Amino acid sequence: MDKKDEKEKIGVYVCHCGTNIAGVINVEEVSTWAAENLKDQGVVISREYKFMCSSLGQELIQKDIKELGLTRVVVAACSPHLHEKTFRNACKGADLNPYLCELVSIREQDSWVHTDKVAATEKAKAIISGGVSRVVYHEALEPLHVPIHPATLVVGGGIAGIQAALEIADAGFPVYLVEREPSIGGHMAQFDKTFPTLDCSACILTPKMVDAGNHPNITLLTYSEVEKVDGYVGSFVATIRKRARSLREADCTGCGICWEKCPKKVVDDVFEAGMGTRKAIYVPFPQAVPKYPVIDRVNCTYYIKGTCKACEKFCPTNCIDFAQEDEILTVEVGNVILATGWDLFDTRRITQYGYGRLPNVFTSLEFERMSNSAGPTGGNVVLRDGKTEPKVVGIVHCVGSRDKNYNEYCSSICCMQSLKFAHLVKEKTGAEVYNFYIDIRTPAKGYEEFYHRLLEEGTHFIRGKVAEISDATRLPAEEGKLVIQVEDTLTGNQLRVPVDMAILSAGLEPRHDSKALAKLFGISCSADGWLIERHPKLDPIATMTDGIYIAGCVQGPKDIPASVAQGAAAAARVMGKIQQKEIALEPVRATIHEEQCSGCRICNNMCPFNAILFHEDRMVSEVNPALCQGCGTCVAGCPAGAITGTGFSNEQILSQINGLLLLNVPKKQAVAA
Amino acid sequence: MTDKPETKFEPVIIGFTCNWCSYRAADMAGTSRMKYAPNVRLTRLMCSGRLDPTFVFKAFAGGADAVLVSGCHPGDCHYINQNYKAMRRFHLMKRVLVQMGIEPGRLKLLWASAAEGAMFAREINKFVEEVRALGPLNWTSNNGSKIADHVLLSVVNGQPSEEAEVTA
Repeated sequence: MDKKDEKEKIGVYVCHCGTNIAGVINVEEVSTWAAENLKDQGVVISREYKFMCSSLGQELIQKDIKELGLTRVVVAACSPHLHEKTFRNACKGADLNPYLCELVSIREQDSWVHTDKVAATEKAKAIISGGVSRVVYHEALEPLHVPIHPATLVVGGGIAGIQAALEIADAGFPVYLVEREPSIGGHMAQFDKTFPTLDCSACILTPKMVDAGNHPNITLLTYSEVEKVDGYVGSFVATIRKRARSLREADCTGCGICWEKCPKKVVDDVFEAGMGTRKAIYVPFPQAVPKYPVIDRVNCTYYIKGTCKACEKFCPTNCIDFAQEDEILTVEVGNVILATGWDLFDTRRITQYGYGRLPNVFTSLEFERMSNSAGPTGGNVVLRDGKTEPKVVGIVHCVGSRDKNYNEYCSSICCMQSLKFAHLVKEKTGAEVYNFYIDIRTPAKGYEEFYHRLLEEGTHFIRGKVAEISDATRLPAEEGKLVIQVEDTLTGNQLRVPVDMAILSAGLEPRHDSKALAKLFGISCSADGWLIERHPKLDPIATMTDGIYIAGCVQGPKDIPASVAQGAAAAARVMGKIQQKEIALEPVRATIHEEQCSGCRICNNMCPFNAILFHEDRMVSEVNPALCQGCGTCVAGCPAGAITGTGFSNEQILSQINGLLLLNVPKKQAVAA
Repeated sequence: MTDKPETKFEPVIIGFTCNWCSYRAADMAGTSRMKYAPNVRLTRLMCSGRLDPTFVFKAFAGGADAVLVSGCHPGDCHYINQNYKAMRRFHLMKRVLVQMGIEPGRLKLLWASAAEGAMFAREINKFVEEVRALGPLNWTSNNGSKIADHVLLSVVNGQPSEEAEVTA
C-alpha cells in the first residue's frame, strides 16, 4: 500500500495522561521517534503533553492545525470510546473535518495492561505508526442527519418505567408504556412498607400508577410484550403483541362481578408470590391499572373443558369475548427506555436452607405479601398454618448474594429489607428477632439511622453466614422448631438458634429472559445478566446503542429511590434528544460503486438490515444509507471489491496493519539475514 | 529457530476486534489494569463480519507471526448475525493458510463480550505462548511474500482476490 500522490501534513499528539500513560511508556521517546521515523508518512509535527484532553491540550492541536496547516491529526491517548468526540470536536473547532482525526489507544491497550516499560514503549510506537498510516486514507465526512420521532417506548411498568413515562408525557411527548403483566406497578406494588421511612408502598405508588393510566400522552399496553424491534435511533419500529384479555376493554367497567362469580381458584405465583389465590379471571390486585381483568386461559375452565362461561353470564356490560385474539401493534418511536426490573433469587437452589421442604421457611417476597394488609393473611405475620404467631423469627441475609456459588455481587437492598422485616415482625408480633448477617450495608440517606433504631428496638444481630436451617432437633428447647446453625464470627462460637419462622432475604437477579431482551434491542448483558451501561461511572443510563436507555434494576440491583432517579434521568436524556428534533449519526456506511458491481447479488443476502436493494433494470445493487448500520460485512464479502466502507475502508485498514508492523519488519529481516 | 536460546522469541500478533464487544473487552481489561503480554497490536473494525480475509494475509505478509480475530459471542452480534460470517471465513482462512504453508495455529478466533476483559487478557496470554512455541513465521523473507503481493495487488486494483472468492 503506497502513499497517495499528494502528501498529507500530519500532526501526532502523545498524551501523558498524568502518569497513567507516562508512568509506563516513555512518552518523550515515542514522540521524538514519531517525528523522526514517520516523516515519510507525512508527520510534520509530533508533540507530547500532560493532558491532551484538557482545553490547553486541545488548543495546542488547534494552533498547529492553523499555523502548520495540518491536514490530519493523530492523538495517542485513551480509548476512542472515551475521547474520540473530544478530539474530533477540537479539530472541528480549527476548521479541520472531524473525521480526519484518529485517536489511538495507548492507555487501555498499552500502559494500563503492560508492565514491561520497553515493550510498552515499542508497542506505543507501533500503535501510533498504525494510526498515522491509517489517517492518510481518512476522508472528510459529514454526519448523517436523521429526524427523531417524538414518541418513546418504555418497556417495563415498574416504578422506574412509570417514572420515566410520566416525565416524558408531562413534557408533552407521546409514550408507549409496555408491561408484560396485566397491571403496571411492578415489584413495588407487592411490597408492604418501604425502608427506611416505613411509608406504605402502595400508598405512594398507586397515585403514580393512576397518573400513568390516565395520562393523555401515555398509551398503556399491559399484558403485552415487545416481539421485534427494527430501525435505529430516531426511528425505531417496535412490534408489540397485545395478548388477548378475552374481554372488550371499551365495555368493561372493572366492576369485579366476573371474578367474584368465577368458580376457578388458582394459586397466584406472580403477585402473591404463591402465598394466596386468585380466580381464573382476575386483576392482580385491587388498585391495578388498568382496572380491566384478564382471563388466564391456561386455567380457565371454559378453555379447558369448553363449558362454564360464568363470567360472561354475570357480566353486566356483556364485555367478555372468549374468541378474542392477540393483537399485533406496530409503533414508531424515536427512543427506547428499558426498565424491565429483576427476578427474585430462587431460594430452592440453596437446599440447606430448606425452602420448599420446611414449611416455615419464607422468602422475602412471601413475607412482603404476608405483612401487607391487602395480602393473603390480611397483614398478620403467621406461620404457614395461617394462624400461629411466631415467637422467635430468624432473618437470613445475603441469600444468593455475595456467594461465589450463586451470585458474587451484593444485591444492595437486602440489608435494609431485612432490617425492615425485623421491625415489622417486632411491631406486629412482639417476637424475638435474630438477624444473621455477613456485613451490614446501609449506605444511603437515613439508612444507618434506621439500623440504629433497630439496634435500640432490641433486635439481635449475629454476624455469620448461616450454614443450615433444619428441623432436626437435638435439645428439648429445639423441639418443634427450626434450628438455624451459624458461627458467630465475632465471638467464634458455633450457635444453634431455635426459631419458629425463618425469612430468607433473597437477592435480586436479572430477569430470566434478560439475555433475550438484550438481543432483541441489540445491546449487551454483563456476565451476570444485568444490562451494560455506556459508562459505569459517567453514563449509567445510556447503552452502547444510540437511542436505547436503561433504568432501574435492569442495570443492576438498586433500591426504589435509585430506580426512580434513573427513570427520571433516562426520561431527561430522551427529552433532550427529542428537543433536538434531529440527530447526527456516524457516517459509517457502505457504498456500492455501480461501475464495479457485477450484479452477483452476494451482498444482498449478507445484509441483516435489508439495506441493499437490487436494481433489476441496471443489474446492480445499491445500499440504502438510512438502513445501513455500517457493519461492513458486505464490504468484506464483495468478490468484485465494489463496496467501500466509509471510515473503515480497505485502504484504511490495510495501511493501518502496515503501520502496526512497521517497527517489526526491519528487525525480522535482520534476523533472517 | 533462528533465535538464540537466551533471547526469548517475542511474537508480533495483529488482532482484529469488533467495536462493540472485543474492543470494549480490551478497554475493560485496561480499565481494570489486567496485565497481559504486549505482543498483540489491535485494530478496530465495526464488526468481525467486516474482516476481509485479505487483512489477515496482509498481516502475515507484513511480518506478523499470528493473527487474532475477535468478535461477539454467537447470538450476541450487534449487527444481528454478522459474526457468523466471520466464523465461516475463519474456517476457510485456516484451510487456505495450510495451503500456503502456514500453521493453522497462527490464526485464532476468540469470542469476547464487552464484559469479558479478564478472559480477553487471559486468552491473549495463552495465544502468545502458543505462537511462541510455533516460533517466528518469517513469511516475508520466504516465498510467502510473493503470494502476499499477489493478494494485495488484487485488492488495490479492485480485482477479485482469491480469498474473497472463497468467502463468497
